[in-house]
Parts: sequence; structure tokens; C-alpha cells
Amino acid sequence: MPTIKIESEKCKGCSLCIDVCPYELIRQERTINHQGYQYVVLADPEEQCTGCTLCALMCPDICIEVFK
Amino acid sequence: MKQVFAKPKALNDEIMHYCPGCGHGVAHRLVAEALDHYDITGRTVGVAPVGCSVLMYDYFNCDIIEAPHGRAPAVATGMKRSRSDLIVFAYQGDGDLASIGLAEIVHAANRGENITVIFINNTVYGMTGGQMAPTTLLGQKTTTSPYGRNFNTDGYPIRMAEMLAPLEGTTYVARMSLDKPVNILKARKSVFKAFEMQINNVGFSFVELLTICPTNWGMDSMESIKRIQDEMIPYFPLGVFKEKETEDYI
Repeated sequence: MPTIKIESEKCKGCSLCIDVCPYELIRQERTINHQGYQYVVLADPEEQCTGCTLCALMCPDICIEVFK
Repeated sequence: MKQVFAKPKALNDEIMHYCPGCGHGVAHRLVAEALDHYDITGRTVGVAPVGCSVLMYDYFNCDIIEAPHGRAPAVATGMKRSRSDLIVFAYQGDGDLASIGLAEIVHAANRGENITVIFINNTVYGMTGGQMAPTTLLGQKTTTSPYGRNFNTDGYPIRMAEMLAPLEGTTYVARMSLDKPVNILKARKSVFKAFEMQINNVGFSFVELLTICPTNWGMDSMESIKRIQDEMIPYFPLGVFKEKETEDYI
């Protein structure tokens, strides 16, 4: 199944990927990473991710990898 | 499972120091993808500006040379003239390129130096704390224009792409935006084209990228993206303003 991998230590929680995901599969965690930011995670229990790469295109910290 | 999106090889694994949402990360990625695509990382020299991206040598796997404030096109000219086998690009912000380095960029473009210039336009001086830049929009509040930019005292925002396009020396001039995925893909195409122009020895190529600066605009990332679409793109229209072919040049 297509999926994405987010490097939580690099994420700065800018939320650009959250807004751009057509299925709203990305959400912000309540905990913070070592940089002090609330990082984002993929919440995709029904495996809806299509690997469209929109989130990865928007990510300014290049911490999203997409597999298809 | 096949990996369809990965970090370009021309960038290393260092965590970037930019603020959350800053457009420099995407701009770096586009440049790095161009270096990967043409397989020129080993013979590329970048020229870093003074500004937020002053530390870009930490992130790229190619050589980066540091230039005095605004003088990146002059340094790139010297580098390219002394080593014409190298690929040289200058990466500058709007305070660096459009204000203090205006003479350097205009004359480098007019001479038709065979270099590539990537211009990041976020309408403020970012690193020094959000002061008014030549590209600051009318009415925009910054730390040095607390009542908004007024054309009576501060003049009008400068459109660099339109200014450089009529010069005979330029071969490729474009303005793109990094506000949404479709525009990022168009911007990638433009950056690739700019490097292709240099590889084919056609001449001076210039790509302006509209980016967000959430910290100095006092907005969150989503409001900043909306501001690009509502305020910046109407004043700074997107598109390719000039594209010469190799035959035209010769």
C-alpha cells in the first residue's frame, strides 16, 4: 500500500502538509521533538494514502519520503 | 514498494535552521533536484548571500562560496570567468539582491554572464528582523514601516523579473511561486530550465521565487500561503518573461 514516512526529528510542525493532504491523513502530535516543535504523524488506519506526494512537495524541511 | 519521493542527493541530512514554514527549504530542494537531474553536483559552485540562507553551505553537498552583502553575482562572475568548466549559481534574497546588490545583479545580467541566479522574494528582510525591503508591498507593515509602506516616502515595490527581462544579456527570466504543489512543480521546471541554459552556455538565467516568511509577517503558515495568493501574486504576476533559444544567442 502507498504510504509516507515522516522524520519526526526534522519536522518543525509548520502544518503545510496537513492542509494539502486530500484525505486529511496527517495530524499534529501533542508531544514535541528534540527541536521543541510539535511534529506531525501519519494517521492512516484505513490505508487511504495514495502516495500522491503533495505533502512531500510542500514540506520545507524535506522530512517526508513517499513510497508507492 | 518503490520510493517515489526522496530527498535529493545534493542535500545532506543536516536539520535546516529556517523557521517553520519558511520557503527556503523548498527552494533549496528545487536547486538540489536540478543538480541531481543534470548530475553536476561535483562541478557546481554556489554563491551564498547575506541573509537567512547565509548558512546554505551547511546543507548542500556542492561547494558554496560566501559573498559580501549583495555581491553574489559579482563573485559568481569571477568564479565563472576563471573556471568556465564549473556550473555557478547565486542564491539571493530580496534585501540582498534588490536593495544593496541592485547594481551587481543588473550589470551581471546586462553583461550576459553565463550564471544562474535564484532570487527568493518574501517582501521583507528576513534575517535582520523584518525590515522593509524594496519588494515590500504597499501598505505592508514591517519593523521600519510600522504604519505600512507609503509610496510617497518609500516608493513602489520593485519587480525584478520585469526589470531584467528587457536587458539584452538575459536569456531566461521567470517568476514562480512556492505556495502550492502545482506552482512548486512549475517552479521546479523553471529552475531546471535555468540550469540547462547555463549548461548549454546560452547565458544569464534568473528565476524569482515568491516564498512565505511567517515569522516576519506575523502570521501562521496557512495565513502566509493565503497572503501570497491574495496579495503577492496580483502584484508580482507569475510566468516566464523571457526565454531565448541557443540559436538566438549565436
